[in-house]
Amino acid sequence: MAAILKITRDPLDAAAVRALVEAVSYPGAGGLVTFEGVVRDNARGKRVRYLEYDAYPEMAEQEMATIAAEVERRWGTDHLAMVHRIGRMEIGECSVVIVVACPHRAEAFEACRYAIDTLKATVPIFKKEVAEDGEEWVEG
Amino acid sequence: MSVRIRYFAALREATGRDEELLDLPSEATAATVRALLAERYPSLAKVLPRCAVALNRSYVSAGAALHDGDELAFIPPLGGG
Repeated sequence: MAAILKITRDPLDAAAVRALVEAVSYPGAGGLVTFEGVVRDNARGKRVRYLEYDAYPEMAEQEMATIAAEVERRWGTDHLAMVHRIGRMEIGECSVVIVVACPHRAEAFEACRYAIDTLKATVPIFKKEVAEDGEEWVEG
Repeated sequence: MSVRIRYFAALREATGRDEELLDLPSEATAATVRALLAERYPSLAKVLPRCAVALNRSYVSAGAALHDGDELAFIPPLGGG
């Protein structure tokens, strides 16, 4: 399959995650790992009200393609989805979903971990924390 | 030469723009533009020094040369995930 690599404004709700899992799954897959990043109600001792994400969408999708190529090189799978939502997100909403399918669980876990860690380090996506005592664009 | 500058996150808010076209001398580099923007938008002073540089949607070094028609963006600290 061609990896699904997307920046979207649409909610990543249970139905959207399910659709990604179905798209990535294949008959030879024995391990399928899904990572969901979720908006937390606190950060550095602050009470977070909501988050606002922004991105450089064309470059973000290009950087995701670099990650997908490395996943294929190292773990031999192109059954991968990486979707990051932008815009305002409330506590408990999903901001990012990564799904990887492989013949066995070990490589599926490793590839998924690599994909989310590298996304955080290289993909131009930005986060504003709106807390009870103010708002700021933050790293990490 | 003409270079398209794109703004995101804190830079979009500080400049009040998504993008703009800059007319630059042919020897201008990404570092030239960073200095020019710092002067034009004092509200960028805090974030601009912390930005990486993307030229035509790929990361480049801070002093990268520019060419007519390029797309340049200063990438603030990443927050994806």
